[in-house]
Amino acid sequence: MGMTITEKILAAHSGRDRVAPGEFLMPKIDMLFGNELGTSLSIQGREHLLERGVFDPGRVAIIPDHFTPNKDIVAAEMCKKVRNFAKSQQLEHYYEVGRMGIEHVLMHEKGLISAGEIVVGADSHTCTHGALGALALGVGSTDFFYALLTGELWVMVPETIRIVLTGKPGRWVTSKDIILHLAGLLGIGGANYKVLEFCGDALSYLSMDARFTLCNMAVEVGAKSAVIAPDEITLRYLEGRALRPWNIYQSDPDAVYCRTIEIDVASLGLQIAYPHSPGNVKSLTGDGEKIPVDQVFVGGCTNGRLEDLRIAAEILRGKSVHPDVRMIISPGSQEVYLQAMEEGLFKVFVEAGAVVNTPSCGACIGGHSGLLASGERCISTTNRNFKGRMGHVDSEVYLSGVPVAAASAVMGYIASPAEVQ
Amino acid sequence: MDSFCFTGKSIHFGNDVDTDAILPARYLSLSTQEELGPHFMEDLSPGLAAQVAPGSILVAGENFGCGSSREHAPVAVRGSGFACVVAASFSRLFYRNAINIGLPVLVVKDALQIPEDSLLTVDCVKGIVRDMETGKEYIGTPLTGFMLEILSSGGLIAHLEKRLESVGK
Repeated sequence: MGMTITEKILAAHSGRDRVAPGEFLMPKIDMLFGNELGTSLSIQGREHLLERGVFDPGRVAIIPDHFTPNKDIVAAEMCKKVRNFAKSQQLEHYYEVGRMGIEHVLMHEKGLISAGEIVVGADSHTCTHGALGALALGVGSTDFFYALLTGELWVMVPETIRIVLTGKPGRWVTSKDIILHLAGLLGIGGANYKVLEFCGDALSYLSMDARFTLCNMAVEVGAKSAVIAPDEITLRYLEGRALRPWNIYQSDPDAVYCRTIEIDVASLGLQIAYPHSPGNVKSLTGDGEKIPVDQVFVGGCTNGRLEDLRIAAEILRGKSVHPDVRMIISPGSQEVYLQAMEEGLFKVFVEAGAVVNTPSCGACIGGHSGLLASGERCISTTNRNFKGRMGHVDSEVYLSGVPVAAASAVMGYIASPAEVQ
Repeated sequence: MDSFCFTGKSIHFGNDVDTDAILPARYLSLSTQEELGPHFMEDLSPGLAAQVAPGSILVAGENFGCGSSREHAPVAVRGSGFACVVAASFSRLFYRNAINIGLPVLVVKDALQIPEDSLLTVDCVKGIVRDMETGKEYIGTPLTGFMLEILSSGGLIAHLEKRLESVGK
């Protein structure tokens, strides 16, 4: 009986020839990373254990990105604590404001993740990095601390759902529409404890930026992670970037999947997740009542990469953000920021009446820099729209890809790019 | 080994209770259970945290704790006074985090059939919830193996400390 990519990676990191779903393992990990929230809680009251030192200062990355630039004094104190921890442990990969990015944009951009590795992050959207053919596992603060000291993580071998994507996406249809459609199909607990393995010829139309978006929202259906077998697009991304050698794993033809889902991407339309769940997904048909918006957000670990900003600029060029709308654009990292600036995208955004923010998770989690008042409505390219997610408990968040978000900013209501004249 | 038996009044929630609801993100700068407990479900059920009697049982439907990896969520559950959580199913991250901090969690498929405000005894090792007034039993999935080991140690870090002592490092 064959094995999936996930089973092969777990076996290789556990000194085993093969593993099967349901087994408990304690694999060695290749890379560990945390933001200021998870790291701060993790080290709280455990300073005595830190005297032993971390498992490998070269394999731990700390990226304060949620409440930075420090949103208030409490956040400033938290970041100071985490900064002091990184310094005292002589961690090689500490990313300060001005040199950082949202962790799930920065980690792969800096080459800190290679194909075939096990990477553990103290944040649920760690699954993003499975797009590189790695096993990327999101955990909480205590798992993070355990891994920090031991370089290990307890893992139950998951079953895998195979997602076959076929056909060429239509104009303005992005990987965000694919994953939103899947969230609608599976529901927000539909893949609990399982891994999503994406395959099929549609992947040849998806860049690495698009693939990171696809994998980013695996956790929104409860999945342990998502994975895409490395191909030429992956290798082109890793070459000259990855700091460690990679291992290419492919699933065996007779690997066992608990379920296979086929999605015809060619016939897929633009998708919107309605309040208050990422699984409450409908196609954007243009029929029915127009839904006015107060705010549009483009960015986040889902859609804050260069390709996303280029799409936004393509739609906004020479247009104006609707007078009743605040549009906030947040590049995912300093590198994305610089490239977007050099390409002249910021000029397009500012002339249209949008604001460009520094890389941060702030608006997405309702932390800072773009919160909603009661009764306000936002369409956002981020990944969650639970009640109160981006601000007041009586505000509403709709989720979409970048084309719909940018078009909605111009039109003042949730709109297709085709409606932008 | 600890018996992991708890008796208390039940407080009920529905399906897909997310971590933004359990502990809104604006409180993620806080870290102790004393700090986090009072903010449990603050936006959706204002004032509830203050009414949770110590030792209460949290009962919920499918996919409890979906969303983020914030361990602040199970810490807030414990901080508000709950002794354990019984749910039809859990999100992976909430489940891991709860076990890791030593908060017992039990999967009971029929959790939503338990009447509100019941006096329950929850036996996590046997995997049984008993309604103390009616005697009705609800069968769950017993905690076993590695996860029970972690809970018995008092959480993953206490488990690690034991392991470090035993290898004499």
